[in-house]
Formats: sequence, C-alpha cells, structure tokens
Amino acid sequence: MIVAEQKPLSELKTLIGSAEKVLVVGCGTCVTVCFAGGSREAAITSASLRMSSKLDGNGKQVTDVTVQRQCEWEYLDQIAEQVEGADIVLSLGCGIGVQAIAEHFPQTWVVPGLNTTFLGLPTEQGVWAERCAACGDCVLGLTGGICPIARCSKSLLNGPCGGSEAGHCEINPEIECAWQLIYDRLSSKDKLHVLLDLQPPKNWRTSRDGGPRKIVRKDLRLVPEEE
Amino acid sequence: MATITTQQLGEQTNGYLAGSNLERVLRAGHFAVTGELGPPQSADGDVIREKAALLRGLVDAVNITDNQTAIVRMSSIGAGAIVIQEGLEPVIQMTCRDRNRLAIQSDLLGAYALGARNLLCLTGDHQTFGNHPDSKNVFDVDSIQLLKIVTDMRDEHIFQSGDAFKGQEPRFFIGAAAAPFADPVDFRPYRLAKKVKAGANFIQTQLVYDIPAFESFMHKVRELELHRQVYILAGVGPLKSPGMGRYMKKSVPGILVPDELIERMEAAGAAWAAKSKDELTKEDKKARSAAWKEEGIRICIELIQGLRKIEGVAGVHIMAIEWEEAVKPIVEGAGLYPRPVVQTGGEALPNKEAA
Repeated sequence: MIVAEQKPLSELKTLIGSAEKVLVVGCGTCVTVCFAGGSREAAITSASLRMSSKLDGNGKQVTDVTVQRQCEWEYLDQIAEQVEGADIVLSLGCGIGVQAIAEHFPQTWVVPGLNTTFLGLPTEQGVWAERCAACGDCVLGLTGGICPIARCSKSLLNGPCGGSEAGHCEINPEIECAWQLIYDRLSSKDKLHVLLDLQPPKNWRTSRDGGPRKIVRKDLRLVPEEE
Repeated sequence: MATITTQQLGEQTNGYLAGSNLERVLRAGHFAVTGELGPPQSADGDVIREKAALLRGLVDAVNITDNQTAIVRMSSIGAGAIVIQEGLEPVIQMTCRDRNRLAIQSDLLGAYALGARNLLCLTGDHQTFGNHPDSKNVFDVDSIQLLKIVTDMRDEHIFQSGDAFKGQEPRFFIGAAAAPFADPVDFRPYRLAKKVKAGANFIQTQLVYDIPAFESFMHKVRELELHRQVYILAGVGPLKSPGMGRYMKKSVPGILVPDELIERMEAAGAAWAAKSKDELTKEDKKARSAAWKEEGIRICIELIQGLRKIEGVAGVHIMAIEWEEAVKPIVEGAGLYPRPVVQTGGEALPNKEAA
C-alpha cells in the first residue's frame, strides 16, 4: 500500500491561508489503512481546523467528505458539487489523490494534507516499513523476495557493504540490513550460489530516471489507437 | 607471494596493467606499503603538499580519499594531481555515492590524463554520516560494478554502455576494499571473490587489530585461491588513545579491537590514571597523549609483523588519518624502510635516494 503521514496542523493552516470554505477530502483506500487520511482522520482534521479557526477569531466553514479512492475519476465525480462549492480543498489522499483532484477540478485550488512517504506494509500494529521503490524492473527473483533497491540504504546489487553489523544497517540501528536478510534467506533455501554472480549495472530507465512513466495497454483501451 | 595470472596481464606497458610504482613493487614480490592522505576541507593545496612531504619515500603509493565520511573535501583527483607533482604516487579513491556512471567514467579519463595510475573503487559512506545529510545520493552503480566498468575501459576499450572508444584508454592498477569482519562474516571471502571476478588487481582491507580473526578470513581466501589472483594489503592504523580503540570496537561496524590492545593502551597512560579529569594539567595531557601514541605505534608495528607472516598478505595499508607523522616510525619500526625502487623490467633496486 501507499503509506503516508499527516502534516502538522500549523502547516495545514498555512496552506489554507485566508480561504473561507474549506473541504477536507479523505480517501478510503491506502491512507485509510495506514490511519493517515481515511474518514476518521478527515473528520478529526476538519474539527481541528474549525476549532483553531474559532480560536483565531475567524469562522471558517470546514466540512469533510471521504471518497473510496481519490485516484479514480468516477469516485471524484461523486463529490463534484462539494468541491465546486469550496474555496479550497485539503486532500488527505496521497500525492496521487491530490493531483487527481487538481486535474479533475481545474478551477479548484487543492493543497496536500499528508506527506506521502513510501510503498510498504504494516509490520506490526502502528509500524509501517518500506518495501518497494517501484523501479520498474523487479529483481526480487534474485534476492529471495527481499528488495535491495528499496531496503538497502545504498541500493546495492552485489551484496552487503562494510556497514552491516548484527543484522542492522550502519546508518540507523532501527533499519535492518537488507543484504543480511537476503543472505539469511538464500542460505536457508540453499541458494547462496545466486549471490556469487556479478549483477551488472541496473537499467534505471524503467525507474524515475527515464522520466515520468506511463503504461498503455492496447488490449484494455476503449478508444482504438489511430493507425 | 601472490602472482597475477597471465590472462590478467595487459599487453601494454611492458606486461604491466598500469605500470604504477605500486604495481611494480607488488609484481617484484616486495611487501608493499600504502598510506592514506585525506584532502582538506578547503582549496588549500599546501595542506596536500605538507602531508605529502610526511609520506614521501615511506610508502609505495598513497590513497587520496574521496569525500571521506561524506564530508566535502578537495576532490581526490585534484589532490591526487598535486601529490603527483610532489613526487608521490596516488591511489585515487572513487566512490559511487556522488557520481553516476557518466561522471565516474569522465572523471577517471581526466584522472588518467593527469597522471594517476592507481584507482580504488568504493561504494562510499552514506551521506547521512557527513556534513550534507540532506543531499540526494547516487549509487547508480555499486563498487563491484565500478570495478568491472574500469576494467572494461582499460582492457576492452569500451564504456559501460558498450560503446567502443578510440584513443588512449585509462590504464589503472585497480583496487577494491574488503571488510573481513563485517556481517555476514561468512560471505566476506565470497564478496572478495566477486571483486576479483569483476577485475580487482589489489585489495586494501578495513583496519585489522585482531590477527587470529584475520588469519581465519585469509584461510578461507586461500581456500578460494584468491590470494593467487589479487594482491591483498591488510589495513592497519595506529591507535591514538584507549578511547579510540573502545570507540571503534563499539561503534564502527566491521572493526574488531581485542580488549588486550585496549588494556595495553590504558596501561601506557597508567601514570596519569590516578588523577581526575580536573586535576590533569595541560602538560599532563600532553605527556599522556605522547605515551599513548608511542604505544599505539608500537602495537601497529607488531600488527604489521604479525600480518606479514600470514600467507597471502602482500602488503599493508597504513591508515593514519590526520596523523601522517606516525607513518615514518611505523614503516621504519616494521623494517619496511627504505622502500624498494623497481624498474619496469621488474628488477628490484635499493632506493639509494631514500636511504
């Protein structure tokens, strides 16, 4: 899932500025399960902004609504009226949700309420960890299902650097050394020989380095491409 | 003594890969000595000249660090060019942290044109350790991929992209690092094997203080016959104080410091141990520091003597960062002075000038 964190209230107030009618839009998918931008967080954020506005001596109208997915046009269509009635939309979606609102409602000013942080999973209640860097050329088949691009601090492809100690990365004892994990996993499966092969430089074109990415599936498109 | 297989030998420079002094000394079968020179956090070339003067004649080549610990310093290539002017041979350190494959190859073409003949390929310390923790890192390639890139530039006349190039190729004597005691320890000899496979001609290891632990690493290295394919220089460094030993033991991954050595350092300062921090005068501190340093140098010499006995160790890499003065007593004390002068023919001659 996409994991995000809420921006502090002070930053939200700065982003909203002098706008009077504020619509807080939550999202019912990834940011709901990471407790950052679901209907509950949208209601709390909206109430906090109302209270703070009252304390500041101005009576902003702050309301909230949550859609199932901010990143699909059809869900956004459902809130078109509320969006158009607002001076500003505070999106509690991930960065994709914020941009979807901006793109779908070009006349509306939209600001982000979250910092989109990474693609990951909850490892335990209240703890999320990064798992994928969306590099566009998956190497997990070589590394026992543990990603060195996302989980090694240096994205190394040929094994651990000298900073691996007792299972941890030298940059932070809270971070597991991805290469220790890979080593242990391949060792347990009797596949350590895989690590002896030289992995060539990665083709980063499939990652962000090749420019913004786009997938076109001819088999799924409704409008046939022009010949 | 290690021998480089004939397949690895370049056709050029009289059978040498690069013909650097370091390569000649190793090929002639001498126990090699390399040192380290950290460029300043300024544009002052005199700092390099002063440090070079402390090392000239004492080491076969000197590593020039590349923004070590991710702190901005004069570039290794720029400082290396000054070192060459000063009559010392640099080992240019190149990390993967700050440059992508374009910049690395371009800088190395420049380094060769400026006269550099030795290169050490490193992954590089993570930028969060340094003075620009907010920066973006690169790590386009890793150290093993870098070894292959520079080997291919030298031996195949191609860039990483596969494009062939005309004209002078950069002919480096190519080195890599090894961390014998970092985790997972069992993988370390195999990682070294990967570096050899990628083209490494020589290896400089992380600091060794624990000889038995290093011997067991070398045992595996010999089993894999790596010592016959690559020259291994064991890393050593003099301790300045017991605190330095304790810090490295506790906080630096991949460095083992036996308690016995820390105790020896403590014993060297025993005369001042009874006094509290406030009671110690400036003179006391100076005298204690001198006593510690003397013991640190003595330990370093003993370590070199121990390492020299290990089969497959072709030399030592002395890391006395910001304490270049220590190199002279260490090299002399270990019986490694004067340094040999080896002509490209491979014949060893005594270094009359240095003597």
